[in-house]
Amino acid sequence: MAADPLSRAFSALSDPIRRDMVARLAVGDATVNDLAAPYDVTLQAISKHLKVLEDAGVVSRRRDAQRRPVHLEAEVFDLMTAWIERYRRQVEERYRRLDDVLRALPDDVEPIPPRREGVQP
Amino acid sequence: MTTSTHETEIVADARVPLVRITRTFDAPPAKVFRAHTDPDLLVQWLGPRDTEMQINYFDCRTGGSYRYLHSRCDGMEAAFRGCFHEVRPSELIVQTFTYEGFPDGVALERVVFEDLGDGRTLLTSTSLVDTFEDRDAFLASGMEVGVREGYERLDEVLAG
Repeated sequence: MAADPLSRAFSALSDPIRRDMVARLAVGDATVNDLAAPYDVTLQAISKHLKVLEDAGVVSRRRDAQRRPVHLEAEVFDLMTAWIERYRRQVEERYRRLDDVLRALPDDVEPIPPRREGVQP
Repeated sequence: MTTSTHETEIVADARVPLVRITRTFDAPPAKVFRAHTDPDLLVQWLGPRDTEMQINYFDCRTGGSYRYLHSRCDGMEAAFRGCFHEVRPSELIVQTFTYEGFPDGVALERVVFEDLGDGRTLLTSTSLVDTFEDRDAFLASGMEVGVREGYERLDEVLAG
């Protein structure tokens, strides 16, 4: 099913504002007002973003406290970060090999190689 | 001559099961494009480390098709194939991608070559799959290899 926790967390972080909010929460807990301050959007819009992050388990809010500070659920976040980072590293390795290939290519190379016989199945 | 290393960036989209990878290269689009279309060059970089890439056919033109194998030294083989739907030299490649071990699944891949001037190219590669589970499995596929290669690199550093 598409609603497994990690998929939801990945989806929640696809929005640039939500990614930015999470980056700031990584420094420490913050209130909705704190989080809204840098953006030119309504508190309501920020609350909506928070709800998405909360439903995805990326952040939590204390029910009891007056200010209800938002807290980053580091465990979920670390898991996602590790997952993407490992994949990213694999792609980076591949692209470093491509860097080497490009360095060895002459500058005036044609974008497509000459057609060869027998390339089609 | 610059020796800077550009970092690969990866974004998993929320609305569609898509992975977007961006990376800048210190080469003009024609060269980066050639490295994607010339089988002799492709085998030098595309396959994961520790695998040998064998290309059965690779006709990178609009309407062309490809098939290749990755073989590991332990004998494990994985074959991939697909069709080139749109190929515009130095600009764009749109292709399908299927792992033959799961022939019902197909990813739609788009590689855009953007000329940044100064002899540099921004490469944006997107891969659209059927479901979010497939997408996350795709991301997870890097996990094992990434860790292994990370430790191998560490070994090399420690041995040096």
